Amino acid sequence: MHPSPDARTAAADGGVIHNIGYRRYEGPRLGRGYATRSLYQQSLRAAFGLGRSGRSKVLPMVVLALPLLFALVVAAVQIFMKMEKPVLDYTELLDGIGVLTWIFLAAQAPVLLSRDLRHHTVPLYFSRPITRADYVRAKFAAMTSAMLIVTAGPLLVLYIGALLGRMDFGHHTVHLLYGLAAALLYAVLYSAIGLLIAASTPRRGFGVASIMGVMSISAVIARIVYALAGGEWADVPEKANWAAMLSPSWLVNGFTNQVFGLVTDSRVVHAPGAGAAVLFGAEILLLTAACYWFTDRRYRKI
Amino acid sequence: MSTVIATDGLTKRFPRVTALDQLTVEVQPGVVGLVGANGAGKSTLIKILLGLSPATSGTGRVLGLDIATEGAAIRERVGYMPEHDCLPPDVSATEFVVHMARMAGLPAAAARERTADILRHVGLYEERYRPMGGYSTGMKQRVKLAQALVHDPQLVLLDEPTNGLDPVGRDEMLGLIRRVHTDFGISVLVTTHLLGELERTCDHLVVIDGGRLLRSSSTASFTEATQVLAVEVTDHPQDALADPDAAVRERLAAAGLSVAMDGSRILLVEIKDDSTYDTVRDTVADLGLGLVRLEQRRHRVAEIFTQPADRAERTGGPADASVS
Repeated sequence: MHPSPDARTAAADGGVIHNIGYRRYEGPRLGRGYATRSLYQQSLRAAFGLGRSGRSKVLPMVVLALPLLFALVVAAVQIFMKMEKPVLDYTELLDGIGVLTWIFLAAQAPVLLSRDLRHHTVPLYFSRPITRADYVRAKFAAMTSAMLIVTAGPLLVLYIGALLGRMDFGHHTVHLLYGLAAALLYAVLYSAIGLLIAASTPRRGFGVASIMGVMSISAVIARIVYALAGGEWADVPEKANWAAMLSPSWLVNGFTNQVFGLVTDSRVVHAPGAGAAVLFGAEILLLTAACYWFTDRRYRKI
Repeated sequence: MSTVIATDGLTKRFPRVTALDQLTVEVQPGVVGLVGANGAGKSTLIKILLGLSPATSGTGRVLGLDIATEGAAIRERVGYMPEHDCLPPDVSATEFVVHMARMAGLPAAAARERTADILRHVGLYEERYRPMGGYSTGMKQRVKLAQALVHDPQLVLLDEPTNGLDPVGRDEMLGLIRRVHTDFGISVLVTTHLLGELERTCDHLVVIDGGRLLRSSSTASFTEATQVLAVEVTDHPQDALADPDAAVRERLAAAGLSVAMDGSRILLVEIKDDSTYDTVRDTVADLGLGLVRLEQRRHRVAEIFTQPADRAERTGGPADASVS
């Protein structure tokens, strides 16, 4: 390309080429769908502290790294010891890192919602093309994705480790899919619960404490009821498993163990029977839908 | 360009209060001041204009778009600067304004380019890369203005943009608002409860009170000359104890002019015709006093609030006030 005569003149004169006056924007305006996707991207980044201060990256990055490290160690041990069978299944890994996922949820759900409430940024969103429903949708998708990134990462590490250790490809691929499905259920249910709590308070610390409280207290209650019903015996009675309906984490664990046929002995928490599996599934669905609905309703009034 | 905002009988009722009452007003391009005390309905009007809150009755159009059905299209073409603080402290101005530009539908590259442009226009330079938590009030107000302008709207709604600023910062902000119209070609609707600011900045004023339209007319007509002369005289050169004001007042009254006092030393003389000036001059000279001030009084916008009942009586109610 030849430079235009004007450009050459300007360069020869050594004059200022930049026009510092106001410039109109004649380009495309991509509308609601694009804005919602952009909000999703920004929120997902914010969930890991990206685009924010260095300090806010610490916790999410630690929570992201620990399960990966754990999976890496397990995979390494399996390869090094030349094991034929895996030390732990994919869904067991998810159960094992459960507390870390609660911490991630408790710390980051308020980052996505409480901050906007606290700093009154919400009106700036709603004075733009996106609607209130779009806002909630984007935040929910971002939180779910962030949770999935935290949980799916170690599953993949475990899977690659198993394949490198020349374990059975078919078995591991199927069980990885079971694990990913369980991770998705955890992510969706946890996000719905976490965001509802975060949306109800502009105070971040309060949100963190409430989410952590709901997750851990419900798990403790489920554990106590389970134990009282004979959960500590060598041969756990089927009815003890109903206790799993009292806690989000036990619920997903029990549901996936039953549905994917991972019940190797009576001490594995599971939905007792096919009918119970349907009930467990319905509870997951209902809890998620109800939390989402209430969150959505909360934003309709702002 | 045609009418920017037009409302017809716009009414908003909340369960316990009527925020807007039959508001009919037309706003032309330029800088328009929306004046009213706190609770007069300014913020409610802005929300309805943005299509965020439905009106109880009445209709309205912003940039020719219906507020009831085309809210999304309006919000794409309008910028909004809220009254309250709205900036997250742990992100930089650049990061924040880019994000807000994308929220308005601008592609990522365009959002970055326009953010750099607009932050420069509002006067934010190196500090735009630092977290906003450390900004002064003036800098925060600039960022708030920038996010309202970054998508190149045709109209911006500015809610109390000078709130919390010191006198210098206020002047700079008012200058900036003037430039938004003159240099950027963007129409401005600006609310404030400080009237002095608007006299200098706005082309047109819309005054609302209790959700009703008090008056809508050009700023010039608010400040037009009155038929009153302000007169101030010196003390008597020899007799310091005499009351020169009273003497002047007496003489002028004797000459058939009506005189009132404004403050301690200023006499307000009603202008009958051109001879009034001569009468005042001669009277003061006869008394051996010095004439410090002889000027035709101008209306001030503030008067509309100090004598609302009086005005309503004279014009037959607030609804007709725009005719006066």
